[in-house]
Amino acid sequence: MKIAEVVTLLNAEVLYGNDLLNVEVESGCGSDMMSDVLAFVKDRAVMLTGLVNPQTIRTAEMMDIKCVVFIRGKNPSEMILQLAEEKGIAVLKTAHGMYSSCGILYAAGLRSDGSAL
Amino acid sequence: MSETVKLNYTVDGDDFLAAGTASSDVKRVLRQLGFGSDIIRKVSIAMYEGEINMVIHADGGSVEVEILDDRIKVILADRGPGIPDVEKAMSEGFSTAPEEIRDLGFGAGMGLPNMKKYTDEFYLETEVGVGTTVTMVVYAA
Repeated sequence: MKIAEVVTLLNAEVLYGNDLLNVEVESGCGSDMMSDVLAFVKDRAVMLTGLVNPQTIRTAEMMDIKCVVFIRGKNPSEMILQLAEEKGIAVLKTAHGMYSSCGILYAAGLRSDGSAL
Repeated sequence: MSETVKLNYTVDGDDFLAAGTASSDVKRVLRQLGFGSDIIRKVSIAMYEGEINMVIHADGGSVEVEILDDRIKVILADRGPGIPDVEKAMSEGFSTAPEEIRDLGFGAGMGLPNMKKYTDEFYLETEVGVGTTVTMVVYAA
């Protein structure tokens, strides 16, 4: 699934990464605990989170996560967006909550382990 | 690359927002040196967890990284409170991190287990009241 599809499915706003919309994501995860993300997430994932601090982008960087989605309309700070730009990570914002966001992407075929539906 | 590349960092204990900058730099260097993405990810995650631990528990510390053709060694040293029960600290889900750290997305009790999980060699030396040194090696060949 391309990041562009994630944008459409979640009716998301692209806060950074208009030039990254063609990048493929192969799996998804949703967590507010970065250590859990660091423990379990697979390659080339999209991460949904309600946590708004720069460590979300750092975690994404370490995991090679290509796209971070802030849920429930949460607004990341300028510092977060700057870091994302520096690291080439797309940042989206959706009005959906965690449960709905995960459900929508799951129903569209995105799995936690990258396997197809 | 035949010579050892050595990198040294100081981790600021007061700045949670900056935690991870050293790991980020190591990731950049490893990429420049042409290591595979799996190797780079293992080193970055393990070191990042270590950096976060230092900020949460030990008021910062130092990191020494040695990069050889066939292995990457990361030594994290702090003068923090030390770990009274290493076995407990190594078990998934056990954490002594305060509530405000959980609010920041860490303190799930996965730090040390993650560090061990992503590295090929993992040694932890600790003394209560003196500090903790973690040595990790990831094989690159």
